[in-house]
Amino acid sequence: MENSQLLTYLLFTPIVGSLIILFIKPDQEKLIRWMGVFISGVAFVISMIIYVAFDSSNPAFQFIHKVLWIESLNVSYHVGIDGISLLLVMLTTFLTPLTLISSWKGITKQVKMFTFSMLFLQAGMLGVFIALDMFLFYVFWEVMLIPMYFIIGVWGGVERIYAAVKFFIYTMFGSLLMLVAIIWLAVYASEPLGYFTTNLLELYQVGPTIPNEIQYYMFMAFFFSFAIKVPLFPLHTWLPDAHVQAPTAGSVILAGVLLKMGTYGLLRFNLPLFPQSSVHFAPFISILAVIGIIYGALVAMVQSDMKKLVAYSSVSHLGFVVLGIFAFTTESLQGAVIQMVNHGLSTGALFLLVGFIYERTHNREISYYGGLAKLVPFFAFALLFTSLSSIGLPGLNGFIGEFLILVGSFQSQVLDSWWFTIFAASGVIFAAVYLLWMYERVVFGKVTNPKLEGLTDLDAREMFVLIPIFILIVWIGIYPSTFLDISDTSVKTILDNVINNTYNFFS
Amino acid sequence: MIDLIYLTVALPLLGFLINGIFGSKIKSEKVIGIIGSSTVGIAFIISILAFIETLNLPVEQRSNVVELFTWLNVGGLEIKFAYLVDQLSLVMALVVTGVGFLIHVYSIGYMHGDKGFWRFFAYMNLFIFAMMNLVMGDNFLVLFLGWEGVGLCSYLLIGFYYDRKFEKGTVPQAAKKAFIVNRIGDFGFLLGMFLIYMTFDSLNFLEVFSKAEYLTVSETTFSFIALFLFIGATGKSAQIPLFVWLPDAMAGPTPVSALIHAATMVTAGVYMVARASIIFAAAPAIMTVVAVIGLLTAFFAATIGLVQNDIKKVLAYSTVSQLGYMFLACGVGAFGAGIFHVMTHAFFKALLFLGAGSVIHAMHDKQDIQNYGGLKKYMPKTFITFIIAAFAISGFPGLSGFFSKDEILWYSYSHGNLTFWIIGALTAVLTAFYMFRLVSLTFFGKERFGKDVHPHESPAVMTLPLIILAGLSVVGGYIGIPEIFSGEHGNMFHSWLAPVFAAAERKISFYGSYTHFEEILLMVISVGAALAAIYFAYIIYTKKISIANKTASTFNKLYTTLFNKYYVDEIYESAIILPIRKTSEKVLWKIADNKMIDGIVNGLARIIDLTSGVIKKIQTGVVQSYAIIMVLGIALVLFWIILKV
Repeated sequence: MENSQLLTYLLFTPIVGSLIILFIKPDQEKLIRWMGVFISGVAFVISMIIYVAFDSSNPAFQFIHKVLWIESLNVSYHVGIDGISLLLVMLTTFLTPLTLISSWKGITKQVKMFTFSMLFLQAGMLGVFIALDMFLFYVFWEVMLIPMYFIIGVWGGVERIYAAVKFFIYTMFGSLLMLVAIIWLAVYASEPLGYFTTNLLELYQVGPTIPNEIQYYMFMAFFFSFAIKVPLFPLHTWLPDAHVQAPTAGSVILAGVLLKMGTYGLLRFNLPLFPQSSVHFAPFISILAVIGIIYGALVAMVQSDMKKLVAYSSVSHLGFVVLGIFAFTTESLQGAVIQMVNHGLSTGALFLLVGFIYERTHNREISYYGGLAKLVPFFAFALLFTSLSSIGLPGLNGFIGEFLILVGSFQSQVLDSWWFTIFAASGVIFAAVYLLWMYERVVFGKVTNPKLEGLTDLDAREMFVLIPIFILIVWIGIYPSTFLDISDTSVKTILDNVINNTYNFFS
Repeated sequence: MIDLIYLTVALPLLGFLINGIFGSKIKSEKVIGIIGSSTVGIAFIISILAFIETLNLPVEQRSNVVELFTWLNVGGLEIKFAYLVDQLSLVMALVVTGVGFLIHVYSIGYMHGDKGFWRFFAYMNLFIFAMMNLVMGDNFLVLFLGWEGVGLCSYLLIGFYYDRKFEKGTVPQAAKKAFIVNRIGDFGFLLGMFLIYMTFDSLNFLEVFSKAEYLTVSETTFSFIALFLFIGATGKSAQIPLFVWLPDAMAGPTPVSALIHAATMVTAGVYMVARASIIFAAAPAIMTVVAVIGLLTAFFAATIGLVQNDIKKVLAYSTVSQLGYMFLACGVGAFGAGIFHVMTHAFFKALLFLGAGSVIHAMHDKQDIQNYGGLKKYMPKTFITFIIAAFAISGFPGLSGFFSKDEILWYSYSHGNLTFWIIGALTAVLTAFYMFRLVSLTFFGKERFGKDVHPHESPAVMTLPLIILAGLSVVGGYIGIPEIFSGEHGNMFHSWLAPVFAAAERKISFYGSYTHFEEILLMVISVGAALAAIYFAYIIYTKKISIANKTASTFNKLYTTLFNKYYVDEIYESAIILPIRKTSEKVLWKIADNKMIDGIVNGLARIIDLTSGVIKKIQTGVVQSYAIIMVLGIALVLFWIILKV
């Protein structure tokens, strides 16, 4: 293919950029900050070029770039994207510069290392979304953990070490399982193929032919590592701690992009490689997803810490995504994909807002606040707008995702019961409860805490970070086709593959 | 003008954007008020023109779709952003923009001097935008966009005075309650949409309704759809069991209560049921549910209205009660009668609330009718218009409420049964009584307010809308004169709406025939009883207040139960809200999350820590011990190979 090196340019932009940062003197903070924004800006531009050149009607992977890497293992540097990856790539390149700008006030120590880590992290995330070789995927998956670990551990809150370690243990546990599964799968596939390979596209041919007794275990190994990342109930307890302790930028990236790697992994690996198992386990997984939706919302409701509240809301929102994936309808899967983007935008913005106010007061307790509407009207508006997006108000982005997921899961032949949807839909009530209750206590009422007097409203930089997100929130809400069209063909390809391999479920 | 119908939606949106973005910079209240009102006013003019154009079309061409763009296109689901201009949506559009315009104008006077003046008009315009989407949308999803949109505006406007107290709680709590209770209804509505899409493969009104008429779909499916949709309606239109938010919605500024919580938004549920009439008609069991819920709501809300002392509370319960009537009408299959009452109620209830606003203004924001009295001489325009509205709602012959309420009562008997009629007529009597209790305590009798209060008539910008609404409350009924007086097809309103409900009426079969004598007899009884109630209310509350006090103390238990609204809020609080909150906090979070799941994770970590603590002792760093272990290892392997154990 013609533009086949574009993805490599994209991937290496933050890598090269992070290396450049290393050569700048640490005390030149301003230069470093601008450099970080510039580099991630370049990455964003490249991703836009890719978007323009991308043919969304083509079901095949595009912009493939393949170079043999480790000959003895037949491992290649092999990248390429479909519509689903493209959306997540764009989400990554869109959020990274914004989070970098958002951190100018919040991150004051070791700016150089921070910017380096963020760019390095971006490279890792992009790599995960574009890798078409399982070994390469695994490398990016692991590499990305390191900067994240440092971002939480160095620039985080008081209990950052506990959080970082917990994050690390959880994800390492998952990663090990995945590594075992990758090797197992590749070794297993080497028999029918006649040679050892970690090329995902070739493994796609083998996966569905694996007998169920073995496939189930392979599926579970992959599933576990992705479920931890999502995080799916009951594997979610690393998330609140990691979020609360992470600096704002870390939380935004964590919620905005990192969590999507779990759901992306399910779509990229579990569904195409193990269609029979995916359908087999769908009801079980959907039950966990629905529990997560309600559980996350209920626990979010009783939090006294704003960040923790938003963190638990992620558990709830990602439950919707998982339900959408395992309902196996075009509507629900498309809903799941767009909901990944939506969650990145809405929850990202929520974390930004909580971060902005935290930078001013150094307090995240809901009870500390009250009456912000009078003191900081722009902030009050921004928080309301973001909350409404998260609540799923029609006309804003969140609704599109939730509606598609629910309407799809309702008629899912695999789940074959209304109850999944009925319970999941009750999540829309609880979402309103926990967000509006927080809003009531933080923004409305009289100013009772004298320390809040003199609080300053959002400044130009902060608004600059939020406005692009808000534009997308409205855009997706009113005219989602721009985004849904990107992933439409890819989603159908995945779904058709599942259906063709499990036709007895779809009579 | 039909093609330009989208302007009726776009203009209020424009008004919202202008006032919302630049409002805080615009120093002149006049400019803000004119922007806010004129956008709605022009939308009203466009609605009138579209109405006239439609009126001139042959009957079978009176349903037109105006498409804007494709909103969603995923799998088999294709949703257009499109508006349906037909007989029903035009009636609603006229009411929403017409009454909406008057209330906007009134608000210029009422909100004068408020710091949030621009905010108020921005929200009001946003409300009209959402409400117009609700009534004009050509599919369930656009309707739902409006449906949730009006809920948001309601939330914002109830919470307008966000730093004030309201009754036992705060204003924001009332706002949140409204939003959440509505969301419970919306949850039902969502499920209804899912099932509609699953059954009919579409969410488009015309497609769904024509399929509903011709496809073979089981009654069970229809019943579920109708039930889910009706749950949505009970939320938005404040019916049992979700009515609890509406009385608290009175925390908002009075024009908001008039527009949103009386004239328009709360009737959305009735509109939706009428719009989906064919689905309800195909589910007779749910129709009965609708009728019974409507009837019970009408009755119980009226009983609560008897003893409330806050002028807006009385009107709020009265609204709940009147909405019950509308559902009663829909439930017995008289959808047209339900919509007719939506319209007349919009006139007189908006008028009552605006009049109440005028009174509250005059009384320095005091709302307790026990401390009013004798106001008629201070504010004659408010008094006359208010009493006209009170007569209208009480069903005084010749006024608009008479025609619409009488029609509902008649259908509740002819399409329903005698019990429906009896409870319905009893409610009418209660309505007349509590309305004239309110009128008497406010405008007649002794002045009971303090010396520091100097009541005065409101400015023209406020009284003019009152006068116009009073005019409508008087004449608004004459487009729907019952056929016994006007002859066959003499009821213009019904003839106009008939095509919309034709399919539904074909599904419902009514048995029995009734004579004109019956109709007139029932009418005479209910009107006579209501007039008597008016008379007694006037006598008791202007001249013999001791009777009221004595009755209250004699039936003390009943009185306190009514006064405390049957303790429904308290029951919900202790039976639902608290248990959920406590379980979430004490069980889910503190035990399941922190103790159990984290316990396992941390336990695993500790085990790894301990075992590695043991294992690491082997790594002494002493080369000799490594050598020994190595030798031992080799020896073991050798033994294993040789002996093959």
